[in-house]
Amino acid sequence: MQTLDMATTPLREVNATLQAAKDQTNATEWEVLNPRGSHAVAVGLDGPISVTVRGSTGYYTAGMNKQAQVTVAGSAGPGVAENMMSGTVVIEGDASQYAGATGRGGLLVIKGNAASRCGISMKGIDIVVGGNIGHMSAFMAQAGNLVVLGDAGDALGDSLYEARIFVRGSVKSLGADCVEKDMRPEHAEILRDLLARAGIDADPSEFRRYGSARKLYNFNIDNASAY
Amino acid sequence: MCGIVGLFLKDRSLEPELGAMLTDMLVTMTDRGPDSAGIAIYRPAEPGQARMTVQSPDPARDFDALDHDLGEALGCAVSVRVQDTHAVLQMPETRLDAARTALRELRPEVRVMGAGGSVEIFKETGLPADVARRFDIAAMSGSHGIGHTRMATESAVTTLGAHPFSTGADQCLVHNGSLSNHNNLRRRLVQKGMSFETQNDSEVAAAWLTARMQDGADLGQALEDSLNALDGFFTFVVGTRDGFGVLRDPIACKPAVMAETDRYVAFGSEYRAMVNLPGIDTARVWEPEPATVYFWKH
Repeated sequence: MQTLDMATTPLREVNATLQAAKDQTNATEWEVLNPRGSHAVAVGLDGPISVTVRGSTGYYTAGMNKQAQVTVAGSAGPGVAENMMSGTVVIEGDASQYAGATGRGGLLVIKGNAASRCGISMKGIDIVVGGNIGHMSAFMAQAGNLVVLGDAGDALGDSLYEARIFVRGSVKSLGADCVEKDMRPEHAEILRDLLARAGIDADPSEFRRYGSARKLYNFNIDNASAY
Repeated sequence: MCGIVGLFLKDRSLEPELGAMLTDMLVTMTDRGPDSAGIAIYRPAEPGQARMTVQSPDPARDFDALDHDLGEALGCAVSVRVQDTHAVLQMPETRLDAARTALRELRPEVRVMGAGGSVEIFKETGLPADVARRFDIAAMSGSHGIGHTRMATESAVTTLGAHPFSTGADQCLVHNGSLSNHNNLRRRLVQKGMSFETQNDSEVAAAWLTARMQDGADLGQALEDSLNALDGFFTFVVGTRDGFGVLRDPIACKPAVMAETDRYVAFGSEYRAMVNLPGIDTARVWEPEPATVYFWKH
């Protein structure tokens, strides 16, 4: 275990050290101490390393992550795992707004609640939230899966493309062109796999599936009020 | 951007440290807005006495013999405590309105930052650390306070454009965000007889709340109503004589984090602002919901 203490090591040095750990490294276990709400902790990683951040972080934690497994033993500020490509990011506490925004791959697990705009414009990332999510989540989501064990706020999945949304609790309201769909066996299988990878024990049959009605894909004068 | 902070003490033994804790919180938020900074701090009220914080572009001229001149005009004892460009005047609370009128005659360039039984408001252009040092905020005790560091987006960087803005006796407001209908609202408020010092959108929000309360609403109701009247982005923190409140607009894109322990309730634009507070590691930390009024009172 290698330790980086942010009380004594500047953020850029912490990130440069973690970013230098590429494919052929023996130092695969890292611990970051005293983040104290700092922005951009453990961003731009691209190696098969495991990083545990001990404490809560600020904006853009683990942004643009590739390959690495980043765990925040605390809560994360806005934009956690933004534009993640691959790897795993786990938030033990809550996440602020636009968690996992624009993510293209990998798995983001938020064990607590996520605030508004969770998974906005997601493009292939999988997001599993143990608690609730705020309004406008999965807005314009294009691909990937958003799994919510708690409740979803207003306008879930507004202007959705091909991302799948699974919610166990209530949905305050659905956004434009987002509809509830049948949970077929193949969806239950996808959900079972996501829950297992997130380390969360829940029964897929308790969830409802939401997706795009695909009515906004092409201009249709009858839909003018929905655009 | 702008950064806002608030601290409401439940544990009275922390009161001597309020100014120091608020200063630390605000200085941490410096990179959210380095243009100007301000703090409203609520200090122990003395029965029957009121205080008024005033600011002058020429303190040496305006504050010289102000206690004597104002005391003579009001026919009562007035004490003056000068702190840099500001002065805190103390007088019987029954003389507060007369003091506003008299000041316009006696010291036309002096501006009232806020007044009431308890509140003192200090604000200036510059970095939070420098502003706090000029007013020696760290040495101030009090029961609660709010602070703001500004990144100006829609009006000039001036002392009067800095926050907090007074909304009434012992009430003030700090704002992170931007309003899009403030010009229309300002015109309507001017028609109702209100006057404005700046082109600032947050001053309009403060004046709108003041007008609403003059029409009979309490602060909680006025804040609820502001959700319909104000168009734009806002996270507000408001200070009152015995507490403070928080309100975010329904979109809630302006950040807000709160922390609560047995000893205090704290607000910060970011969690970073609160990391030096005692017991923060075990505090309950959460984000206030959109379009929801929160209040804490002594």
